[in-house]
Amino acid sequence: MNDDVRVCDAGQTGGLIQAMAGRIWEGSTPETPVRLIGVRSRGVPLAERLAAEAVAMGRGEALVGAVDITLYRDDLDQVPRWPVLRGTEIPFDVDGADVVLVDDVLFTGRTIRAAINAVCDLGRPRRIRLAVLVDRGWRELPIEPDVVGLKLATDRLDRVRVRLQPLDPADEIVRTPPPQTLSPS
Amino acid sequence: MSTAPSAADSRPPAAGGPDSEPAPPVWTRKHLLGLEDLSREEILAVLDTAESFSEISNRSRKKVPALQGRIVFNLFFENSTRTRTSFSLAAKRLSADVQDFSAQVSSLSKGETFIDTAKNIEAMGCDLMVVRHPTPGAPHLLSQHVSSSIINAGDGAHEHPTQGLLDLMTIRRAKGNVEGLTVALLGDIAHSRVARSNIWGLLKLGAKVILCGPPTLVPKAMERLGCEVAYRLEDVLPRCDVINVLRIQFERQQGGLFPSVGEYSQFYMMTQERVRKAKPDLLILAPGPINRGVELTPEVADGKHSAILNQVSNGLAVRMAVLYLLSGKMDAAPPVD
Repeated sequence: MNDDVRVCDAGQTGGLIQAMAGRIWEGSTPETPVRLIGVRSRGVPLAERLAAEAVAMGRGEALVGAVDITLYRDDLDQVPRWPVLRGTEIPFDVDGADVVLVDDVLFTGRTIRAAINAVCDLGRPRRIRLAVLVDRGWRELPIEPDVVGLKLATDRLDRVRVRLQPLDPADEIVRTPPPQTLSPS
Repeated sequence: MSTAPSAADSRPPAAGGPDSEPAPPVWTRKHLLGLEDLSREEILAVLDTAESFSEISNRSRKKVPALQGRIVFNLFFENSTRTRTSFSLAAKRLSADVQDFSAQVSSLSKGETFIDTAKNIEAMGCDLMVVRHPTPGAPHLLSQHVSSSIINAGDGAHEHPTQGLLDLMTIRRAKGNVEGLTVALLGDIAHSRVARSNIWGLLKLGAKVILCGPPTLVPKAMERLGCEVAYRLEDVLPRCDVINVLRIQFERQQGGLFPSVGEYSQFYMMTQERVRKAKPDLLILAPGPINRGVELTPEVADGKHSAILNQVSNGLAVRMAVLYLLSGKMDAAPPVD
């Protein structure tokens, strides 16, 4: 049985990304260009989509990097198998940059804490902002996004998945409730 | 569906919870004892992980917190410069604590056994032991008696797996792929642990392996591993994509295996003249330490075909990858005692 609840279809997801891009580049100047860093894995295609929106808005080309937070996780001792590394690739100097960290879903904040540490190990950005497509709540660290596509009320055990082209066949945001356990009659 | 093994801001953080997606089981081993035991997929998993780690060496701040709180012991019962330093640096770059153990100044001289020494070190809270020993199989023996992960850093003339892996990484980076290449291992094959690890790794990744050297140093029986054996370097030079120049292991020889160093050099030293007889994109490797003027001339060692220093850099990335992969939770069998 599939309990997936589609929260946004492709058109709605695209609209959210467009609106996010508008807010990211609000007030940015050519002297301090925006540098996007996507958190692997789905933060990367989201960052690329935001960069494409910037071009469409006439803001010019935005450089996009990718950060792998695996080596900065605080739960490496608890995962059953150590994750496959996908590598950090930042094609620009982080020192003094106006960095926007991009991720698909913001939940506990632990991934973003790790991502901030990873970026700061590469240099000293002028500032770091956080842009997420979905904020599902349930924070465990004092981390708040600067740009949010969608605030979504969820149960703690819900699963929220973002699907984005070209990584996925189509754009969508899906919420899956936890499996119901049958109570004895 | 997401396959990202991320820290899961999109899922509850409890490992094994309802939303956790199992990472692909590319690496499930507790120890790295040799390349003979590894599958092609496992070798590629280490090489791919090493590629991710090579980026860290290019940063100004060359450190990540992945192994914070872990303790790595270097147990070296034989001299080493590169391997010990490389493992120490790799562990430090992963934020592990590193402790060096030297056999010469240990209680072994008071009669303590090899296994008791290791058990005492483990009682101090050791997570990983990097073991070099003159006896083939010593790391394998240790793996049956301690709970720590064991990394074979060279056991006699048997294997030196991280050297084999870093050679594969160097070849793959230079040539794009290992499959289909012809790789010659040149020199003292009989006494070389590097040769054995190279043979297993290269064959598993689809290379053709030629063993070349004097008959006293290249056992004919090694053909049974799937290698070609040749005694004249000039015969194989034009076919080689890569030549791995092995050191004459004077310390492991009983003597009398070739008339003189001078004669060995006359027939087997890589010179500029010999390089010109090979393919224009020939890649020359040497595990080190090199004997300039014996195995290869200084011009070749420092020339454009040489990847010797790349091997050293790649060795650091490979050892970071191995330390990382072996630090994950494993369902290992308990020690036999």
